[in-house]
Amino acid sequence: MKTKSLIYYALISSIFLFSLVSIWKILVTLQGVELKNFNFAIIITLGIAISLLNLLIGEKLNYLIKSTFFALIFTIFDGYIVQVMPIWYNIGIFAILIFFSFKINKYNQKYLASEHSSQIVVFDFLTLFGIVLFSFVILFPFYMMLITSFKTQAALLINPLDFSINFNQDFKELFKSYFVIFDTYKFGRYILISTFVSIGTVIVTLLFAIPAAYAVARLNFFGKNFLSTSILIIYMFPAIVLVIPLYTVFSQLGLRNSVGGLLIVYTATTLPVAIYMLQGYFRSIPKELEEAAIMDKLNWFGIIIKIILPLSIPAISSVALYVFMIAWNEFLFSLMFLDNPNSFTLSRAIQYLSGDAETPRQYLMAGSVIVTIPVLLIFVYFEKYLVSGLTAGSVKG
Amino acid sequence: MSDTLSKIEKRTAYILILPAVFLVFSIILFPIFANVWISFKEVGLKDIRIPEPRAKKIIKSIKDNPDQLKVIYKLRNSSLILEIRDVKFQDKLPKNIKPINLDERCRVKSNKIYCEFGNWEAKYKENFQILLKSSDGKQLNKKELKTIKPKLTGKSDNILLNTNFTLKNFKKVFFQNEFFDLLSTTFYYTFFGTIGSIVFGILTAQLVNQKFFGRTFMRSVLLFPYVGPVVALAYTWELLLDPYSGTLNNLLMNFQVIQEPLNLLGQKYLTINFFGFDLKLRLALTTVIIFEIWRYFPLAFLFILARLQAVPKELYEAAEVDGAGPLQKFINITLPQITAVISILFMIRFIWNFNKFEDIFLLTGGASGTRTLPINVYEQGFTISDIGMGSAVSIVIVALLLIFMFVYFKLIGKRADEN
Repeated sequence: MKTKSLIYYALISSIFLFSLVSIWKILVTLQGVELKNFNFAIIITLGIAISLLNLLIGEKLNYLIKSTFFALIFTIFDGYIVQVMPIWYNIGIFAILIFFSFKINKYNQKYLASEHSSQIVVFDFLTLFGIVLFSFVILFPFYMMLITSFKTQAALLINPLDFSINFNQDFKELFKSYFVIFDTYKFGRYILISTFVSIGTVIVTLLFAIPAAYAVARLNFFGKNFLSTSILIIYMFPAIVLVIPLYTVFSQLGLRNSVGGLLIVYTATTLPVAIYMLQGYFRSIPKELEEAAIMDKLNWFGIIIKIILPLSIPAISSVALYVFMIAWNEFLFSLMFLDNPNSFTLSRAIQYLSGDAETPRQYLMAGSVIVTIPVLLIFVYFEKYLVSGLTAGSVKG
Repeated sequence: MSDTLSKIEKRTAYILILPAVFLVFSIILFPIFANVWISFKEVGLKDIRIPEPRAKKIIKSIKDNPDQLKVIYKLRNSSLILEIRDVKFQDKLPKNIKPINLDERCRVKSNKIYCEFGNWEAKYKENFQILLKSSDGKQLNKKELKTIKPKLTGKSDNILLNTNFTLKNFKKVFFQNEFFDLLSTTFYYTFFGTIGSIVFGILTAQLVNQKFFGRTFMRSVLLFPYVGPVVALAYTWELLLDPYSGTLNNLLMNFQVIQEPLNLLGQKYLTINFFGFDLKLRLALTTVIIFEIWRYFPLAFLFILARLQAVPKELYEAAEVDGAGPLQKFINITLPQITAVISILFMIRFIWNFNKFEDIFLLTGGASGTRTLPINVYEQGFTISDIGMGSAVSIVIVALLLIFMFVYFKLIGKRADEN
């Protein structure tokens, strides 16, 4: 066994344990429990002791017994330091320790003697640490958004750290923020507008993009190469530089505050990437199929409808989902073009709500939950399609 | 024969691409050129409204004379700055009604009144009256009269279409707009945001490329910030970071990490004492950059993960046989494999971060040292209401972007030649 490996192992595993325990403590604090200290020194010492003991005991004991033993020791020590805690706090600590002991079980004296063992230990724990940390940092704001929407302004101001929800209260009381934003702030209408605009954008974009992508993929014409490179360059151009001219022109044509105007802009901004993604897929369809169709005297319309479309359902659905998400999340153009509350999209409505400093934050968060949930559901459910779309085109943002 | 076939093919191709090309041209390319035009003009937000002749119709009965009505049209020019030429007026009358003592600018033709009012200067106002009389002695119907709306037309100059140009906007952009401050903030934001998102992308991709329980779930979770709507996420962060009732500050104070709450989005500088040196950190800008990294590292993650999964396993196995540790494997195998992806990512993210508007706008509104060029476009155009100035800033952005693209393709082209 190498000393270097031993030190690395003991230190990094105890730091990992400390971070696990600390995250648990943060979550516990957020249930309104008073907890003021991470006890860095004590937990690190305990962690080092446990990891060294683990090496000493090795495989002399069954690993189940060993883990339970470690977990018990730690929980008792920790319970002694942090007194008067609800029992579920200790259960959580116990579970963390079981997990930790399972993870360090594979390290024994022989393992630490092997080549590069110190590096491998560091990498192993960094991976675990990374998974825990990234999940926490990413999910925490979403968790906060959801919880805040169920609280009241007064409760939030008294103790901003109390995220506990009282499930015993009346259903109507619990979902009050949601009832309010639907009743008072007309969110039902905004959901309809957002849905209409997004689905409309998907349909119009596909109607324009499929023929164009087919032409770029299959037919020979003058300016084809120029067109396919300019598609990508146009895609790079930022929305912010289009805003002023579009605003002036739309004002003069009376297209501002109209859902139709928004639909035109969204379609135009998603078209380049839709064409790019579709033409890539169309190229992969064997040409022989179309040649047979030409023999059968089908024109291009027939070819697209009867041959290309049925074969490219996966690509088309991935483009459709992806365009839907862009349109649903879009904010800049809806901010510029809509200033009449009757034609707001969801994003614009939430921004409008926040403009009034008096609006209680739980309403804002309830609105945010409503605008976020559909996208996340679609994303999780259709992830396979979307990820291929994301990598092919990458959502503009 | 084949000649005509290729002609047909060409024609079909043009028919197929024309709708898309037309739409993209009118909504994306045309505005870019229009920006150039507008940026050389002195145009305010109020100037872009086209002046309209307007009339409000008021109907009054006359006391002594029940079979007569007085109609007052409150005429006005909607614009405060521009005149309207050749104003024409038209209103319809119900069948049994005839006007009496009609104004000499007007004439009646088959139940319609036509008037020519000539030119109206800016702010023009007039109360124009017509006396109406029933021609068959029946009671006059006020409501029916009221429902008919008069039509007015007129010609006016469109300030956007005349040919008065000025360099004033550009002078203002470069000399009165704290231009270099803007530029440096934009570059800080763009550069650190880009580098940060790529670094975290590499870390997470490396993470997910290993086998562990819950890996697919982890991959979905990592993409959440990227697919979530910016409005919802920005406001959640704003609540999270609030100095008084925000969760983060309260947590940090609860665990005694900090003594005083930090106004993470509202404070321009934070002075840190570092071994006796006072370091000034741009606090709000840093926070905004962290948000940006949080939101956009998933793109880098996805690209790099896709590349990592394509690296042949044999390379790592061979390295292991040669006795390489994890660090050596990462430096000698993984990194060279992903440099191409990273350079593309750098380009994409750099350009998009350079133009990022929503995130900063929603978090700080451009206050406390977070004003970047895109935020300035909005401020000039819509807060200060100077459309010409906003366009000029847009033009600067486009010019800078073209320079990046040029430099980037030069560099990439050079590298491709060397290989």
